[in-house]
Amino acid sequence: MLVKLHKGKGRFHHLVDIHDIAELNFITLTDDGDIVIGPLTCFTRVSESSLVLKHIPVLSEAIGTIGGPQVRNMATIGGNLCNGVPSADSATPLIALNAQLTITGPDGPRQMPLEEFFLGPGSVALEPHEILTEITVTRSNYAGYHGHFYKYAMRDAMDIATIGCSAVCRLKDAVLKDLRLAFGTAAPVPIRCNSTEKKARGRKVSQKLLDDISKTVVDDVSPRSSWRAAKEFRLQIIATLAQRVVKQAILNAGGTIH
Amino acid sequence: MDPRQSLLEVLREQLGLISVKQGCAVGECGACTVLVDNVPIDACLYLAIWADGRSIRTVEGESQNDRLSGVQQAFVDEGAVQCGICTPGFVMAATAFVEKHKGRKVTRNQIRKGLAGNLCRCTGYDTIVTAVQKSLEDDT
Repeated sequence: MLVKLHKGKGRFHHLVDIHDIAELNFITLTDDGDIVIGPLTCFTRVSESSLVLKHIPVLSEAIGTIGGPQVRNMATIGGNLCNGVPSADSATPLIALNAQLTITGPDGPRQMPLEEFFLGPGSVALEPHEILTEITVTRSNYAGYHGHFYKYAMRDAMDIATIGCSAVCRLKDAVLKDLRLAFGTAAPVPIRCNSTEKKARGRKVSQKLLDDISKTVVDDVSPRSSWRAAKEFRLQIIATLAQRVVKQAILNAGGTIH
Repeated sequence: MDPRQSLLEVLREQLGLISVKQGCAVGECGACTVLVDNVPIDACLYLAIWADGRSIRTVEGESQNDRLSGVQQAFVDEGAVQCGICTPGFVMAATAFVEKHKGRKVTRNQIRKGLAGNLCRCTGYDTIVTAVQKSLEDDT
């Protein structure tokens, strides 16, 4: 917002500053074991949170790649989501974790899956007078799951993702019981790879499985060409990352690949 | 105070603390790094009113009784200064990093990551990393 104002891009009559609302700056574990994050929690606090590191480390991995320390000390997880850009690094781990949002307006709170929150580049499902008040990952969506995140960018810091990828999976007896694969900058909004996930679920873990994921994932995405990277290049990165990130998630889950 | 003013503007223009440099003004270069309650932030993207009631540290206050701080002295000893415009921001980011990692073993790569929010267009990064490494050693 301040960058937009500085560049004269914002068209605002009035701005309401919510920076110091302490009630929206928290990370807690509910009695049911759900993790609830306040939208005004800064990236440093989220990525260093013992709750996040213990239960959903994939979120910490992703957030650690954002900007530099100064930016992570100020920028908030809610700001990253509400900004609505396809490259938002906190979005892919959270949609892979089936995160739910609580949005509050004059008529009270309402809930929606994060995946449905993104409407298009820079556009999210917030009505006038509404703000994001909670980001929730329920216990059933992280317990027994393991994940991995990778950001492909031109630099190791202070850069926007060319492609960001998160995978979260659950294994049982070398069978991929569940896979959730998400990409950033691979479509107009951060997306899940529904058809690839469906085809992969229930299959035995193998190199063939990873090869198949690599092949089908390109049908789930629709990257565009921009000055940052051409569409063809992005598709190649997506196919490669799908395989590598899912592989690491499987290894993190204790699996082996033959 | 105008509520639209950044901390950078207030520190430089109203308080005369000109060690706080304006580089990019959009949070990419780190030249305006100051510590708010000992946490490094880009003062260009931080509204001055947010600092109400908080402690602010700039390079001006880092030396005590004409004695440079450990980090400042390490920058001098290692020659970690070229043209100098990025130096105050680097010193503050390095100070926060050293305070956060006191007594812990860190690699040069971790130091680089810890200073990733600061750019030096003279590209004198190597001596800066060494200076941070030295001030960490001196502190343990």
